[in-house]
Amino acid sequence: MTDKVLSKKDWVDTLKTIRNSYRIFVPVREGDFHNFRPLEDETIPNFDFSNTRLSPKSIVYPQSERIFECLNDPESPEKGILKEAEKDYPPQAVIGIRPCDAQAFQIVKKNFDNPEYRDPWWVQRFESAILVGLGCNAPCPTCFCCSVGGGPFKEDFLDVLLYDLGDRYFAKGLTEKGRVFISKTKGGAPADEKALKEAKTLSAAAQDKVTAKIPSGRLGEKAVPALFNAPFWEEVAFSCINCGTCTFLCPTCWCFDIQDEIYGKQVDRIRNWDTCMSPLFTLEGSGHNPREKKFQRVRQRFMHKLKYYVDRFKNGVQCSGCGRCVRYCPVNIDIRRVAGLMNEYKNE
Amino acid sequence: MMREHTERIRETAKRLLKDGKVDVFIGYRKGSVPMINEPVSISDPEKTGLLHWDSNCGLNLCNYLTKRTDRIGIIANGCNSRNIVTHIIENQIKRDQLYIVGIPCTGMIDLKAIKRAVKFREIHDVEEKDGRFIVKGDGFEETFEKSDFLQKNCATCLHRNPVIYDELLGDKVPEQKGMETFRDVKKIESMAGDDKWGFFNRLISSCIRCYACRNACPLCYCSTCFVDEAQPQWVGKSTDSTDTMTFHILRAFHCAGRCTDCGACERACPMGINVRQFTKKLNKDALELFSWEAGLDEGQRPPMDVYKTDDYNDFIR
Repeated sequence: MTDKVLSKKDWVDTLKTIRNSYRIFVPVREGDFHNFRPLEDETIPNFDFSNTRLSPKSIVYPQSERIFECLNDPESPEKGILKEAEKDYPPQAVIGIRPCDAQAFQIVKKNFDNPEYRDPWWVQRFESAILVGLGCNAPCPTCFCCSVGGGPFKEDFLDVLLYDLGDRYFAKGLTEKGRVFISKTKGGAPADEKALKEAKTLSAAAQDKVTAKIPSGRLGEKAVPALFNAPFWEEVAFSCINCGTCTFLCPTCWCFDIQDEIYGKQVDRIRNWDTCMSPLFTLEGSGHNPREKKFQRVRQRFMHKLKYYVDRFKNGVQCSGCGRCVRYCPVNIDIRRVAGLMNEYKNE
Repeated sequence: MMREHTERIRETAKRLLKDGKVDVFIGYRKGSVPMINEPVSISDPEKTGLLHWDSNCGLNLCNYLTKRTDRIGIIANGCNSRNIVTHIIENQIKRDQLYIVGIPCTGMIDLKAIKRAVKFREIHDVEEKDGRFIVKGDGFEETFEKSDFLQKNCATCLHRNPVIYDELLGDKVPEQKGMETFRDVKKIESMAGDDKWGFFNRLISSCIRCYACRNACPLCYCSTCFVDEAQPQWVGKSTDSTDTMTFHILRAFHCAGRCTDCGACERACPMGINVRQFTKKLNKDALELFSWEAGLDEGQRPPMDVYKTDDYNDFIR
């Protein structure tokens, strides 16, 4: 039995010592919100957050990543020969990740790690990561994890789950990796009955608080052309300003663009997050753009998440219910409402 | 006041649509989350009950006018009306296509400031009444004076009443006087070069290049923005700080003499970047060098796109 109860102070202290074994990422307060940052000497972890503004997806899948490089030197025999950019994949631990964001990695994994295709960088970084989750004592009104197969204390996608018991954490090991992580922490005491009971109460209370839902049960049975040609897209898209807030904040949006950048003799091939909201995303070399209109791009985002993914992977929707897009869309396009329109749509 | 406005907007929109004066009416509807309303376009007079007005209508509706060919009814407060004027001057819409329903404005609420004031506790509902608003959340209820929580651009706004309209809902509000609009800009101007550079670099350090600021801006209607240009490609697409800074600085300069300081850019930014620090400096320059404030006069082109043979500056004659 490795499950432990640690005071909050011991927990932060032990994170600093455990840095010898893992590269640690913690939530850090940055002005009005939190983001995950590497734990350095001067970093002050702050676990007093509902969720981080940016999802932790960048820890596994950076917004900009050098994937290949070559020389643009006419003298060099190596000129123009692409080589994979060197990287290391040290064990890393994401501390305080919410269960929804952990589930998001499993949703994205279907795309980056499947029998047909394995993305070497995503896979290696994901496999080197330990997800130490923090259960949500107070889910937000915009959270709908419970209707997409998750929950505020969902254990399935994590290696360790932390229960915030006020002045202490109860750390529950869920996988072998997670149990090894807990065994490396210092201080604390083995979990007792009292802690287990408190944890159970917290989890049940939180579950009841997640009342928002995304209607998705009937998406699978709809015909793609029917939904694609449904009459509501223009109306849904009207207010959209086509910014990338929803896609960049989303823990499950995975699309990218590849760019070559030259600086002197150095050529870098860089993979950057891209967003289907941008017309450039589909602009073809000929000048033709199959998604020239705003409503086509908005439709793509919802069809991808709520229909194409559903049909292709049989793994539910491509959404873990974190609610970031709902909270931060500057014009309040609400995926819950759009899912409702799609789910209820009858092609007559 | 807010409720009255909402009722009047609904009645007006219904009348305009029923009488066939406009094909669509563009306004706001109440958002699904507190303090963010959704721009909405209505063509069915029976659906005008969706329309709503309160102090959370911060996204500039002028965005939705660009190059439309139909007849449009639109709500416009001070800054929105100034952007409509700019749109007309810049040939993005014709005056006779528009039926402008003016709303004297007392400013929008700074939702970020409210979140700070309630110590980031989750807000479930905000109710507005008589210049105050009540913020409700799990186990708390707090009342604030709206005037203490205005968006920064609204707090120093000098044009609260629409400058152009076909119909005005309600009485004009008194304009604010003697505001120190450019205090923050002056502070930056007084910095040494390196400090300024440091300031702007820190300002954009969290930028994720989502372009919410650009896309929320009614001035940014270029069919292809310079950052999206592929042949040739002017700007890199990674999060390299040089590219990010290039975007912000060039965008600001493209708005010089055109920006009405409506605040939509700052409101839209998911990373809380005070992007107005770029545009405000240029607004100050336009005012000091050309006595120019954008969008006040349909008959006058902005200083950056006029040439006069009798210009008082030698260098340009």
